Amino acid sequence: MSTSTPCTVYLPCDSVALALGADDIATTIQQQAQSRGIDLRIIRNGSRGMVWLEPLLEIATPQGRIGFGPVDIHDVNSLFDAGIFTNLASTDLPTNHPLSIGLVEQLPFLKNQERVTFSRVGITDPLSLDDYLAHQGYAGLDQALLMQASAIVQEVTASGLRGRGGAAFPTGIKWKTVLTTTPKDNQQKYIVCNADEGDSGTFSDRMVMENDPFMLIEGMTIAALAVGATVGYIYVRSEYPHAIATLNHAITIAGQHGYLGSDIRHSGHAFHLEVRKAAGAYVCGEETALLESLEGRRGIVRAKPPLPAINGLFGQPTVINNVITLAAVPLILARGAAFYHDFGQGRSRGTLPFQLAGNIQHGGLVEKAFGLTLRELLIDFGAGTASARPIRAVQVGGPLGAYLPESQFDTPLDYEAFAAIGAAIGHGGVVVFDDSVDMAKQARYAMEFCAVESCGKCTPCRIGSTRGVEAIDHIIADQNRPQKIHLLRDLCDVMKHGSLCAMGSMTPFPVLSALNHFPEDFTGQKETV
Amino acid sequence: MTTQNQAPGISDATQSCDHSSSEGCSSDHSNSDQLSALIARHCGMSGALLPVLHAIQDNIGFIPEMAVPLIADALNLSRAEVHGVITYYHHFRQTPPGRTVIQVCRAEACQARGADKLAQHVQTQLGCDFHATTADGSFTLESVYCLGLCACGPAITMNDQLYARVSPEKFNQLLKQGNV
Repeated sequence: MSTSTPCTVYLPCDSVALALGADDIATTIQQQAQSRGIDLRIIRNGSRGMVWLEPLLEIATPQGRIGFGPVDIHDVNSLFDAGIFTNLASTDLPTNHPLSIGLVEQLPFLKNQERVTFSRVGITDPLSLDDYLAHQGYAGLDQALLMQASAIVQEVTASGLRGRGGAAFPTGIKWKTVLTTTPKDNQQKYIVCNADEGDSGTFSDRMVMENDPFMLIEGMTIAALAVGATVGYIYVRSEYPHAIATLNHAITIAGQHGYLGSDIRHSGHAFHLEVRKAAGAYVCGEETALLESLEGRRGIVRAKPPLPAINGLFGQPTVINNVITLAAVPLILARGAAFYHDFGQGRSRGTLPFQLAGNIQHGGLVEKAFGLTLRELLIDFGAGTASARPIRAVQVGGPLGAYLPESQFDTPLDYEAFAAIGAAIGHGGVVVFDDSVDMAKQARYAMEFCAVESCGKCTPCRIGSTRGVEAIDHIIADQNRPQKIHLLRDLCDVMKHGSLCAMGSMTPFPVLSALNHFPEDFTGQKETV
Repeated sequence: MTTQNQAPGISDATQSCDHSSSEGCSSDHSNSDQLSALIARHCGMSGALLPVLHAIQDNIGFIPEMAVPLIADALNLSRAEVHGVITYYHHFRQTPPGRTVIQVCRAEACQARGADKLAQHVQTQLGCDFHATTADGSFTLESVYCLGLCACGPAITMNDQLYARVSPEKFNQLLKQGNV
């Protein structure tokens, strides 16, 4: 074939790919192409979220993108030798390379998802506004600019969208409160994006920020129009440097093209957006602690009421939403509330980007409508553990989520169904452990984590967590075990009902679920495998 | 609310951190002129304290004690308030870090992939405990609770560079490859 058609190569710029050497691989491919006289163009796309295949290299072909992964820097030579960068027009594409996975979008892991919020992720160049616009980007904002503020709020309410950070509060109701509250002293209202994604096992916020930043910016801009806010902040974890860099870059681009600033799309509406870097305090993922931190103070939880919607950032009416919540908004406006509402079941409407993590063979991001079972997620998508041992426990919803045994894997992933078994979906993180896990150790870790990360404002969380670690130590060492188990349960009860925020009130979830479902691990007899 | 006011992106931060961490131990890089300039550049922001502290740490590698009264003065806060914020957040350091800062993720998803074993291995290899710096100033070892690489653990950072699927053997290789 002629070399006149340059080969288009995709290699992700997501943190996962970078952590697995994607930058070096890209450099090597460029060098090899040059020395072999091959014309190719590398696009640093987002990640498809199939983490076990990362770094996933894709080649554009007339049939669709063909994938190769996981690619190591030492595989580059053989990929060139196999002709994958030169045989584009050929009907027998070199899919016989050992790393070939064939047509990427035909893989069951992707094909069986309902990619609604993540529809562009992995396909586009995250920082290409043209790419974004070519894939329905800013269609939601265009629609919102034609609507009254109250109609935007009504659309979000009708979609059934609930807060994706974990609390699952109806987004439309929160927005309505902010819309109808007058700011003090004629100051502005605020939109705050909670991107302090501290839960282990969760990375969907990071993926949005790194792989489709304009979607978050658009969602926040629509929120601003809906409630009459003019200033927004994205509070991002310091552990996410690439997300911060990508967002800053995207905000600059959006500003240059009139999508942010003092006159958005010549509408007369202003919205100024800024990224703020957090500083490693887990509790700042709690909304009022986050606001304290944004105001320049220690991230100490505020008592509620007053609600942030009425008395939020700098005392002004404030929308504070998670990244995924805000990222769902552009599509709701572009396609209508009914489109989003048609996904899901019961009171859990729409989709959730689940994150399969820990000891899982096919880990990554799975966006599905609410209602599939945990088992479908773990087996059909995840393909079981990476260690090929049986799954023993699964923690759903981050460090404050319950540990579930195999007998509960048929629970549908739905906010109410999970609440009914004393668990929480939280932010959709699913961490898998095989049979080598020591559940007493995990319970102790949950209490210890709470002791370290507690903001210290309320006693049940601050002191309860430390006493909890001691009680678990005594249980494991068989010092007055029955009494100490009673004490631990009592302590968990106080923490659950007496703490100011989820940090203290939800730490009992992992602790008690470990104790209830895996009591054999609390006898001090657990063998280390 | 202009772009100049935004917290610096990582590319700036990484470069300046590399620069200062190689010199941070040997010379007092943190003269008050530099500090004052950094504070002046960010103190006009609303809720400026965290951006100011980040600017200092990104450029100098830590928050020197002499910065506290300067910040307090610029932001009209008490020194206690500034000190309280610095010590509240895990991210901020009050002493210069070693030339290579290694963070090991110790959260649940990485635990499920052998992070505890890796953490022990790293401690032994470096001869350094967590939250400590080796006597020769080569390494600072820190825990981190989640880098968002939860489906390809264990994960670590080495001078802000991310690494995933880090076995003890891979860690040794990274140490060998690094300029350490």
